[in-house]
Amino acid sequence: MNTMTNTLASQPWRLWTSQLGTIVRMELRKNFLTKRGFWIYLLAFAPVPIIALHAVVDRRTPLRDDTLVLAGIFQFYYLRLAIFFGCMGIFTRLIRGEMVERSLHFYLLAPVRREVLVLGKFFAGAITATAFFGFAVASAFAFMYMGHGPAGLQYVFDGPGMGQLASYLGITLLACVGYGALFLALSMVFRNPIVPGIVLLGWETINPILPGLMQKLSVIFYLRHLTPVDVPAEGVFALLTVVTEPVPAWAAAAGVICVAAVVLVFACYRSRGLEISYTTD
Amino acid sequence: MTDETNDCIIFEDVSKFYGEVLGVNRVTLSLPAGVTSLVGPNGSGKTTLMNVMTGLIRPTRGRVSVLGMTPDDPVEFFQAVGYCTQFDSFPRSVTGWQFIYETLMLHGVTRAQAHQLTGEALERVGMIEPAHRQIAGYSKGMRQKIRLAQAIAHHPKVLVLDEPLNGLDPMARAESIALFESLGKQGMYVVISSHILEEVDRISDRVVLMTSGYVVAEGNIHSVRQEVREQPMQILIRCSQPALLASRVFAMDHAVEAKLHGDGRGVLVRTRDVDAFYMLLNRIASEGLVSIEAVAPADDDVNSIYQYLIGWDGGPA
Repeated sequence: MNTMTNTLASQPWRLWTSQLGTIVRMELRKNFLTKRGFWIYLLAFAPVPIIALHAVVDRRTPLRDDTLVLAGIFQFYYLRLAIFFGCMGIFTRLIRGEMVERSLHFYLLAPVRREVLVLGKFFAGAITATAFFGFAVASAFAFMYMGHGPAGLQYVFDGPGMGQLASYLGITLLACVGYGALFLALSMVFRNPIVPGIVLLGWETINPILPGLMQKLSVIFYLRHLTPVDVPAEGVFALLTVVTEPVPAWAAAAGVICVAAVVLVFACYRSRGLEISYTTD
Repeated sequence: MTDETNDCIIFEDVSKFYGEVLGVNRVTLSLPAGVTSLVGPNGSGKTTLMNVMTGLIRPTRGRVSVLGMTPDDPVEFFQAVGYCTQFDSFPRSVTGWQFIYETLMLHGVTRAQAHQLTGEALERVGMIEPAHRQIAGYSKGMRQKIRLAQAIAHHPKVLVLDEPLNGLDPMARAESIALFESLGKQGMYVVISSHILEEVDRISDRVVLMTSGYVVAEGNIHSVRQEVREQPMQILIRCSQPALLASRVFAMDHAVEAKLHGDGRGVLVRTRDVDAFYMLLNRIASEGLVSIEAVAPADDDVNSIYQYLIGWDGGPA
C-alpha cells in the first residue's frame, strides 16, 4: 500500500494537469469553431424555436400539460436521439476525425502520454456536448414556461421548476459523459464508428427488456431513473420510459460515471497501440 | 544500457509490414551525431523508417532506441526529439504562432518560456511576419517552414526531417540546408530524407541508401563509394599537360577511360584500381613532367553511388 502511494506521489501530476489543460483549450477551440459541427447545433436547438412558437401562439395549454410535453421532449428527443447522435458526432471526431484530417500526429509527437491525450480530448468533448445540449435544454425550458406568464414564473422559482431544470441539466451532463466515453472508445476500435453506433442505439433502446444484469451495461438504464417528471407513455413509447428496477438517484449517477470510467480505461489502453496510418484511414 | 546505445540512434533488425506490403525489412543501423541522409526513391522505406523511429508506427519486428530512449515513454522521448513530417495538414483554425506556442505548452514550459521559444523558432525559419495569420492561408513553402519551426522550437537533440526541402524556393532551400548543417555541427543528430541528392549530399556526414524497404549501403559518403569496387571510379585531375597525363594513364591496365576535360585544363580518368592510379600519379608528379594542380573524385556523390547500386538517377521517382 505504501509502495503504491509512493509510486502515485512520484508521478508528474503537475505536468499532466498542465498538459490536460492545454489539450482541453486546443480542442475546445476546434470543437466550437468547426463548420462541420453545424448539424449538431441544429440537432440541439431544433425543438427550441418550436417551443418558443408554441409559447407565443398557444397560450391556453395548461401548465401541467406543458410540463409533460417538455418531459417528453427531453426523454424522447434529447436523451434518445439528439444527445446520442450529437455525442456520436463530437466524440468520434476527436481521434478518428483527426486521423481523417491527418493532423493527429502532432499530438502523438508531443511529449504527452497517450492516456493524458485521450482524457484531454474526452473532457473537451464532454464540455462541448454539455454546453450545446445544456444550453439547448435550458432554452427549451425557459421558453416553455415563459409563455405562462406569472404562473410560469411562480412554477419555476417558487415551485418544482428549478429542481426539474437542475435534473435535466444534470442528466444532460451525465448523458454526454456516458455516451461520449462510449463513442470515443468505439472510434478507437472501428474505422467507421457509425455502424457500431447504430448497434449501440439498438442496445440502448431494447434495454428495458434485457435481463437485469445486462440492463446495467448501458447508459440509458441509469439516466431513466433520474428523470424528474414521469411521462405517461403508451404503446411502443412505454418501452422507452418504463423503469424496471428502481435505483436511487445517487446510485444511478454513480452508475453512469462508473460505466464511463471503465470505457475510458479501455480507450486509454487502446491509445497505447495507436498508429498513424493515414493512407488506410 | 551501453554507452553506444545512449549515444546513437539504433535500429536493431527492424521490419515493418503493412499487411502483406513491405515497409522496411531487417534494418540494422547505428547513427551517431551529425547529419545523416536517408536516400532513396518513393516507396523505398524512408518515411516508414522515420515513423518507426518516432513511434508513429510500431515495428513488426525488431527494436529502435534513440539515445537510449524509446517512444513508449513519450514525455522523455519527445523532449529530446523533434520530427518534421511530410504530412501537409494542420489542426483547424490555428495561426502559425498558436501552432508552435501550444505545442511548446505541451512540453510543460511556462507561458513566458513558450512565448520566447516560439519567437526564436519563427525567427530561425524567417516566419515572424506571417506568424499571426491562419496557417490555412499559407503557401506550401510557408507551411513547410512552420512545420520545421515547430520541430526545432523545443531545442531537441535529435531532429528528424522528412523531405524538408519540398515546396521551398531556392533561397529558402539554401537557408534550410545551412540551418541543418549548422545544427549538425552543433552536435545534434539530424536525420534527413530527401529526393534532392545533390543538396543533402553537401551537408551529410553519412548516408543511408535505401530501395524497396532495404538498406543497400550506409556510412560515410566517401567510404561508401570505396565499397562500390566493381564500378570504375572517376577522378578529375587538373594539371599543366593533360594530354601527356592521359597518354601515361592509358598505358595502365586498370585504366578504363581517360579523356580531356572540356576546358582543356584537366583529365577525367576512370579507373578500376584507384590505389594503383594514385601511385602512378605520384610517380608522374615526382618526375616533374606534369605539374598537378588538383585531384578530386568526380563520382563519390550520393547520386552517382545510388546510380551504381540500384540504377536510379537520383531524380524524383
